[in-house]
Amino acid sequence: MSSVAANSLDPASAVLLEIRGVAKRFGAREVLRNISLNIAEGEFLALLGESGSGKTTLLRLVAGFEEPTAGEIWMSGERLDLLPPYRRRVNTVFQNYALFPHLSVRENVAYGLRVKKTAATEIDGRVDEALRMVKIEEFAAWRPSKLSGGQQQRVALARALVNRPRLLLLDEPLSALDANLRKQMQSELKALQREIGITFLFVTHDQEEAMALSDRIALLRDGALEQVASAREIYAHPATAYTARFIGQTNLLRGEILDGMARCGAIAWPSDDPGGAAIFSLRPEAIRLASDAVARPGTARFRAALEQQFFSGASELLEVNCSGQLLRVRVSARGPLSGEHEFVFSTADAIRVQE
Amino acid sequence: MSGHSRSRRGAPLLVYAALVFVFIYLPVIVLILYSFNRDGVGGFPPRHLTLAWYRQLFADAPLWDAVLNSLKVAAGSVALSLTLGLLAALALDRASFPGKALFRRLVLLPLILPGIITGLSLLMFLVFVGAQLSLFTVFLGHGTALISVATTELFAGLQKLDRAQEEASLDLGATPWQTFWRVTVPNLKLSLIAAGLLIFTLSMDEIAVTFFLTGRDNTLPLEIWGRLRRGITPEINAVSALILAVSVALIVIWHRVRTRGLGADAPELLERP
Repeated sequence: MSSVAANSLDPASAVLLEIRGVAKRFGAREVLRNISLNIAEGEFLALLGESGSGKTTLLRLVAGFEEPTAGEIWMSGERLDLLPPYRRRVNTVFQNYALFPHLSVRENVAYGLRVKKTAATEIDGRVDEALRMVKIEEFAAWRPSKLSGGQQQRVALARALVNRPRLLLLDEPLSALDANLRKQMQSELKALQREIGITFLFVTHDQEEAMALSDRIALLRDGALEQVASAREIYAHPATAYTARFIGQTNLLRGEILDGMARCGAIAWPSDDPGGAAIFSLRPEAIRLASDAVARPGTARFRAALEQQFFSGASELLEVNCSGQLLRVRVSARGPLSGEHEFVFSTADAIRVQE
Repeated sequence: MSGHSRSRRGAPLLVYAALVFVFIYLPVIVLILYSFNRDGVGGFPPRHLTLAWYRQLFADAPLWDAVLNSLKVAAGSVALSLTLGLLAALALDRASFPGKALFRRLVLLPLILPGIITGLSLLMFLVFVGAQLSLFTVFLGHGTALISVATTELFAGLQKLDRAQEEASLDLGATPWQTFWRVTVPNLKLSLIAAGLLIFTLSMDEIAVTFFLTGRDNTLPLEIWGRLRRGITPEINAVSALILAVSVALIVIWHRVRTRGLGADAPELLERP
């Protein structure tokens, strides 16, 4: 299956973390099923999924707050899942930051070094460096409760990074921030990851965030990996209908392939695929308004009536009705439309997906 | 409801509330007044105010020995019950073990058990093991009877504690032991102070348990009780007024610390037993 092929890493990059057949059960509830996933040195991997998909549980297994029911976790040739959290060279940025309220920002950041009995002079230097890296030097003496959400976020990052972890886990770190700050922190986070070269495992439920930030996306669905690939790959070639819908917008065309023709309602085009029931994912931007009446090879056409038109600046989204089948079409802004139009798409853009 | 009918209903309520307060506090006020009355406990209303009884009180060595005994017992009880109470609260908050619900009720039982039962059973136990009754046995009695107070108070504090903080500490490389001292205990500071103050106050004026367990050395409440059998003297009123002042001060501090620590959702269970 394509998701398995995409899971294998570029052989040139060294594997940092290996998750081998991990399962997690809470009582009768199976939260994770047979998860196998490799993360490369220096990679930014987004663990994407709806709430309840098990992504936070997987993160907690790597951090050491939970033990897997089955399977193993390895980091650079060392069995990780048998170590307590305080012996793992892994640090976490928690969803609500979990800063220590009774300590100042500086003491929060110094905490990890202090409990490991690092020399005082070294602590000072490294804490300064970490505070500078996330641009919060001026708040060093403050208590966390006096800081804004974005500033607390930076403290949490500095507190984790000061320990120079091999792997940084981020549990929905931006979800508590408002939209503007979120965008800004996304770009800073990405720049920071490039600069320090630490491997990031980033949990999020926001597919846009996952696409914008990560080198690869691991999509979880009901405790199992649905697909693991780069954002571009996963967008262009979703393996399943679920993935196609979850990552970006899409039209799911349901129909069948018979005698070398794919038929989905009133839309049909030639297809070499094996016959039988079929689902195709067709992205809204893959469909265009047909400007000429000539049919070209490798394209399919259909007539549809315009039902709704949503203007969004550079482009607009059309909802069209093709003999009872509703489709979304994204076209560059062109002013109000009405009535019936002919639409065209390249048949290569209709990606056959699993249920 | 309209403001009009509320005010009409409010007037009798106000009178009722005032009567309740008079009923509760009039005896206390009379007690304080008599401590300043030159003519002693006879003769109302007091005509000549004096500090003579307080002067007599401060020269009364046996009474001050009793105060010292009470302070020793109270300080020891605070240390003992906070230590054991914290362990019990941690077990209730974190561990899951068979019989946990039963354990919880048993730990809280002394809160509702009459002191006479607690005192008598402890006495029988001490006799059974052949212990000599002394201030030490009083301290044991108070310390164990007040574990339940410490447990409820500290359990409430632990429930409020954000567990992610402890996970963050482990994540940053601190051992569970370091995490306990560097994160858990500092976060429980207010609960510890509040529980300590309450236990101190309760131990200072405990009679029932003390009565069964005391040896030759009296605590303050028993000393007072002993003297009352020989008749009420205004000196007792004076010492009672002082105890009252200290107790009220401690309870006010306790309440302030506690409301700061727990917010509005402090369980009602924590009210004074």
